[in-house]
Amino acid sequence: MEVVIIEFFESIRFDILWNYRSLFIHGIWITLGLTVVGYTCGIILGLLFGLGKMSNKKWIHYPSRWYIDFFRGTPLLVQILLIHIAVIPTIFGQSLGFFVSGALALSLNCGAYTAEIIRAGIQSLDKGQMEAARSLGMPHNMAMKHIILPQALRRMVPPLGNELIALLKDSSLVTVIAATDILYAAKIVQGATFRVWEPYILAAIMYLFLTYIVTKIVAYVEKRFSTSYVPSKRPKIFSLSRTFTGGR
Amino acid sequence: MIKIDGLVKSYGELEVLKGIDYEVKEKEVICIIGASGSGKSTLLRCINLLEEITDGAIYIENVKVNDPKTNINDIRKDVGMVFQQFNLFPHMNVLDNITIAPRKIRHMDPKEAEELAHELLAKVGLGDKANNYPEQLSGGQMQRVAIARALAMKPKVMLFDEPTSALDPEMVKEVLDVMKDLAKEGMTMVVVTHEMGFAREVADRVLFIDGGFLVEEGTPEELFGHPQNERTKAFLGKIL
Repeated sequence: MEVVIIEFFESIRFDILWNYRSLFIHGIWITLGLTVVGYTCGIILGLLFGLGKMSNKKWIHYPSRWYIDFFRGTPLLVQILLIHIAVIPTIFGQSLGFFVSGALALSLNCGAYTAEIIRAGIQSLDKGQMEAARSLGMPHNMAMKHIILPQALRRMVPPLGNELIALLKDSSLVTVIAATDILYAAKIVQGATFRVWEPYILAAIMYLFLTYIVTKIVAYVEKRFSTSYVPSKRPKIFSLSRTFTGGR
Repeated sequence: MIKIDGLVKSYGELEVLKGIDYEVKEKEVICIIGASGSGKSTLLRCINLLEEITDGAIYIENVKVNDPKTNINDIRKDVGMVFQQFNLFPHMNVLDNITIAPRKIRHMDPKEAEELAHELLAKVGLGDKANNYPEQLSGGQMQRVAIARALAMKPKVMLFDEPTSALDPEMVKEVLDVMKDLAKEGMTMVVVTHEMGFAREVADRVLFIDGGFLVEEGTPEELFGHPQNERTKAFLGKIL
């Protein structure tokens, strides 16, 4: 038994991967690019459709609801394939490349989840806030912008942070449409070298590293926004001493 | 000034207000009393249409509030409201709480709005709290800021929805004192309250609401001294 284990570890050779380093570095950029574009567009879509789902107007409410239900109720993998193979070629007559399809699918998927986060954040606020703003004579949209959203956004920070981390990992699904992300690099290396352990372990480590950084950023932002409305009571975003000494 | 005409309010099957007629004259202070669930807060909230009116009408200065053609925001500019739970905006400091509505709705110059806010804060006895945030204030202080916020729109009428019910007993007086000053200055006020002492001292007329009806109304002396209706007598017997 012991001999087998030792042999196994001796057979692992990460040095082979060095020749393929540019593939992995390129993969990191693609993964990050898809995540950033998907998340940014997702938040904008989420804001629109989240507010849309809360609308009293039926022609706004129902399309928003259908959109959210569809993209939350179907697998992201199916959405990616549908968009890349069916939707985009039908509309444009040709594929616009994996990045457009992938970013579009991730945006739409992220938008649906974000919409629910935004709706929940707004509805968790006390009804009295809207009433107070309206009683002063503010129209609904003005009250939303100045009173409701600034408060609701704070409550949305933790779930929006989770969504970013989830999206970063889910972006690996675009590898099925030959997007050259981290996972795709690992697959290529596996095919070229016939090694199974090293490329996938490296891919896993890369994802872990990226999610770790994002987790840290999210934790900072969360800390900044989840404590007090009083500016002087809030921790500074990048105050390292606070993290290392265990806070206030 | 405010004319309530056959006001009916129901939530589905449940009829909360069953036909109320009343007229509030300018510079009058009206106190509305009654048991919990009698519909007194609902009546107040119908005046600025925070509750949709099921039937009947309310007129403020001869403008029908629940007319679909009326822009309700224009009416609300002139009708200040103070809530039981204060409803200050927690993400803004006291100064911004007071100035946001005049700045955004009346398009007041920011400097002018700030001066007005300082003036109003001095008036409610909180001149030194302009830069504090609501969470740094006590309940009584928050409610006084809420009053200043409503006054900043220079309203013609002030509505108070149980303004002292959420306060610790020792803070009730500071809020009532501000309201008394306001009444003395000639503000038209409609106050839903459980503070019988305040009603007796400040109100021009007291309305007793029970079961969705305006059961009895009169001057404080009449209503508290010689109630005519059995239900009024029973209610006052329980609380006085």
